[in-house]
Amino acid sequence: MTTEQIIFLIVAGATLASGLLVVTSRNLIHAALWLVATLFGVAIVYTLLNAGFMAVVQVVVYIGAIAILFIFAVMLTRKDMRDSGAQLNSNWWAGALMAVLTFGGLFAMLRTWGGMSKTAAEIPAGFDQIAELGAQLTSPEAYVLPFEVASVLLLAAMVGAVYLAFNKK
Amino acid sequence: MNFWNDPLKVAAEWLEGVFVGWGMNEIASHVLVVFLGVFLLVLILMVIDIFLVWIERKVVARFQDRIGPNRLGPFGLVQPFADIIKLIIKEDTTPDGADKVVYNLAPVLSMMSVLMVWAVVPIAPVMLSVDLNVGALFLIATGAIGTLSIIMAGWSSNNKFALIGGFRQVAIMVAFEVPMLATLMIPTIFSGSMNMNAIITAQDGLWFFVLSPLGALIFLIAAIAELGRAPFDLAEGESELVAGYSTEYSGMKFGMFYAGELLHALTFGGIWSILFFGGYRFFGLEQVSPFLAILIFLAKALLGYWVIMWVKYTMLRIRIDQMLVFNWVFLTPLAFALMLVTALMNALLKDASPWLYGLGMFLSNVVVGWIAIEIARSVSRKEREKVEGVHQVAEAHH
Repeated sequence: MTTEQIIFLIVAGATLASGLLVVTSRNLIHAALWLVATLFGVAIVYTLLNAGFMAVVQVVVYIGAIAILFIFAVMLTRKDMRDSGAQLNSNWWAGALMAVLTFGGLFAMLRTWGGMSKTAAEIPAGFDQIAELGAQLTSPEAYVLPFEVASVLLLAAMVGAVYLAFNKK
Repeated sequence: MNFWNDPLKVAAEWLEGVFVGWGMNEIASHVLVVFLGVFLLVLILMVIDIFLVWIERKVVARFQDRIGPNRLGPFGLVQPFADIIKLIIKEDTTPDGADKVVYNLAPVLSMMSVLMVWAVVPIAPVMLSVDLNVGALFLIATGAIGTLSIIMAGWSSNNKFALIGGFRQVAIMVAFEVPMLATLMIPTIFSGSMNMNAIITAQDGLWFFVLSPLGALIFLIAAIAELGRAPFDLAEGESELVAGYSTEYSGMKFGMFYAGELLHALTFGGIWSILFFGGYRFFGLEQVSPFLAILIFLAKALLGYWVIMWVKYTMLRIRIDQMLVFNWVFLTPLAFALMLVTALMNALLKDASPWLYGLGMFLSNVVVGWIAIEIARSVSRKEREKVEGVHQVAEAHH
């Protein structure tokens, strides 16, 4: 095993363990903090994949914005944060079914995928990853349409949030 | 290549040679040397941090027409060590019902978020730390960890004042992150890269401060907000909010927050100088010796730190809702407008001569700033008319 594989196994194990703790810890704030650890683990996986930009964006967006928002929402909506209620609600079987189906689908798909045993291609020296990413996102031959659709979706979400929060006099 | 031209590389190669000579594996010795390098950087930063306490106390004393610490040692230089001994031997208290792990982790994360910034700070042409191609974004990412540490400290203390202080501080930090991100794009547009060293080397003819004085000003405001220093120290309020998120911390744990804030101020002074004042560059002097480059960078960082202190000790206190309105209604749109105008001007003037490029950029900054101030003036005039009545405002203007 190479050093990189060992690091990957450690990081992946820690990420999965903290992901498990997100759904099992009884304290909602602890769950949110474990979620931060999970997201950080994913950022490290991005780094191992040589995608530094993705790793940094992962930390900025998911930890800096979304996780903080989660913590705020939990703190502002719960009366008592030492949650003692049941951890499962009546929809647990639907959730379990979805999880099993998703895992099974991914497993079946990746089992026949040939990329598992390949080694990653070397990035040539002087290759500007970010410039290439930017060009791909704005090029009509590549991903400009999904990029714009995502922008419109976010804009709609923002307008909706403003409408809901707007205090009608 | 000799020691005086590239001290870090020569020292690292020599040490690696020594470790391999002791029969160590080549990769292991390399990892060990890198680890020692990181350790050395952190050690130097912490020692600088000790003297920042002295600098801070001396400067605030001058602003308030006092002398400051002057009893222990020459110019009171031994005073910070006395402060540290006091912090260390103080009782380490943990409040009842505190979430112990989170409570103890928060000051560590706070300090860590500051030290991590230095991973991408180039301190000399040959000392680049990590030459990351997304250095500017990395700065925001470390800020996210700092925000997290504050909410953790506020919540885990099991104290409503700490929690309210934490909420207020995080509200400010999250808000001012937006204009900071927008103004970080301005040096990126000028240099065509988010790499810190590329931003420095691109400031060949003109400092980016000359090209975008308004961008530099907005970045400084957002940086001070990120630090949580006055006028953004709204989490604190001795009479009604106690000491913000660090209310329950005592001894060295409080010291971690305090030292973290001081080092953060110096760090932002350094980042400000890198983005807008050419970092370690000073009329070619940085090519003479890396040691001179470090001194230039440190001097610029301390100058930025001095500006931050100057603002801190002369600004009035502003109410938190006004501060947040100032950000969302004024600073964020202004930062985005400036970013768009800069990108547009860059596209128009890309092939023009450097003088025309600089003049166009500077003038577009002046115009954007002037329009923003005019809009703010008319809006605030209308606000005042609503509150005070038309006559009084008209009289006040005569």
